[in-house]
Amino acid sequence: MRPSSVALGVLAVLAGVCLLIFGLFFRLTVEDEQKLTASRALVEKLGLTDLALFTEARYTRHPTQADLHSALQDHPGAFDHFPSGSLLPPPAILTQPHAHLAGKTTSPD
Amino acid sequence: MRIWLEKQRHLIDFTLASLARRKTKNIGLLLAYTLLVFVLASLTLFTQALRTEATFVLAGSPEVILQRMVAGRHDLIPPGYLDKIGRIRGVQKKEGRLWGYYYDPVLNANYTFMARPADEVADGHIMVGNALARERGLALHNTVSFRSYSGKLFTFEVSGVLSPDSELLSADLVLLSENDFRSFFEYPAGHYTDIALSVANPQEVRTVATKLSSALPDSRPILREEVLRTYQSVFDWREGIILTVLAGAILAFAILAWEKASGLSAEEKREIGILKAIGWETGDVIRMKTWEGLLISLTAFLLGFIAAYVHVFHFGAAVFEPVLKGWSVLYPKFTLVPAVEGLQIATLFFFTVFPYTAAVLVPIWRAAITDPDAVMR
Repeated sequence: MRPSSVALGVLAVLAGVCLLIFGLFFRLTVEDEQKLTASRALVEKLGLTDLALFTEARYTRHPTQADLHSALQDHPGAFDHFPSGSLLPPPAILTQPHAHLAGKTTSPD
Repeated sequence: MRIWLEKQRHLIDFTLASLARRKTKNIGLLLAYTLLVFVLASLTLFTQALRTEATFVLAGSPEVILQRMVAGRHDLIPPGYLDKIGRIRGVQKKEGRLWGYYYDPVLNANYTFMARPADEVADGHIMVGNALARERGLALHNTVSFRSYSGKLFTFEVSGVLSPDSELLSADLVLLSENDFRSFFEYPAGHYTDIALSVANPQEVRTVATKLSSALPDSRPILREEVLRTYQSVFDWREGIILTVLAGAILAFAILAWEKASGLSAEEKREIGILKAIGWETGDVIRMKTWEGLLISLTAFLLGFIAAYVHVFHFGAAVFEPVLKGWSVLYPKFTLVPAVEGLQIATLFFFTVFPYTAAVLVPIWRAAITDPDAVMR
């Protein structure tokens, strides 16, 4: 067999596997779909807001519910106690993911 | 067309023979290249799957959570607070939630205690998350005791273990009845931890939140879209951190690939000289080298991507697990549902396959347009 046939054959097989992988992404298995739907139903039922990834502190267990100053919540200038703090983004105030919903006064303060 | 195809196949035959002459060097390059794609694709697939899963499941979280702030800290919702919300138009359902943290010295871990209605969990019973049950060795109908913050011992019977499939959300959860929750934490009567609001029209959520802020100035509304955005930013941040750590390796590979692709060895120069001397055209030489670049980079990309897929979705990203997943005493065991964004893979493809193929061409073109006699000397 010619080397080019082998090389192109190998490339075609690899590309086919990649396409198959892409195909899988767009069609979830029944099991995966059930798992996702069940998790979402649990979130709706219990009113959950966060993933249970890091349980050691309020701001790592419930990053969305923690104070806006996250790592500095215990007192101003407090150190970040837990290593998982490094896996979370900096305080929200720096990246502004929170909407400004504070009431605005009609007359100057 | 047939002639053109046949010509390309002959060029590939020749390229493969030429690559085989420098077997060790090229296999080494292919391995390093594949490894790089594998690392980058693993990172992309893992964070994308986590991001997609978080977005999908958390889309079911309450539209608005209302916290009360005292001196800048989260405080309990006092009685009567709920009634004030009732007057805001657009709020369909409002529910006081009771939840809190409990530190268990047995596991040295924090649990999240959450009160549920009596028809779900009876007094004296609890339902626990699968990770907690696993770590504490709990099973159905077992009894477990927790010493409350006031020093009293409370004993509960496990009436259910939450599904292992939901461990990512419920690893540390302890669901108990409202009466048990209040007596365990000595929660003042009529007080709640926060309030979950359901807003019928999604377009009204912001308006409702603004109204809440002005009606209850000591409150902090947290919107569902903020929850989702926080998780997007958590995973973007973690992906970014790992990419920063990997930046050195990526640069090292870029230098290696550039060195290999752009610096022609004397042997390669002589080969080009001979080819030109026996009648190959400049275009043929360039085509041959394009095939060389494509064969190496495409094989590396496809192998790396497939290996990354198997690694992330079948072996739970075992190689990078500590870095990608992080750690915790009560860490959930979870398998992610495969999810990929075409754009991310296309970006990875573009930044790995194209630069190498392009880097191969420039020096070849320079060598190929010079006089064969001069190149061979």
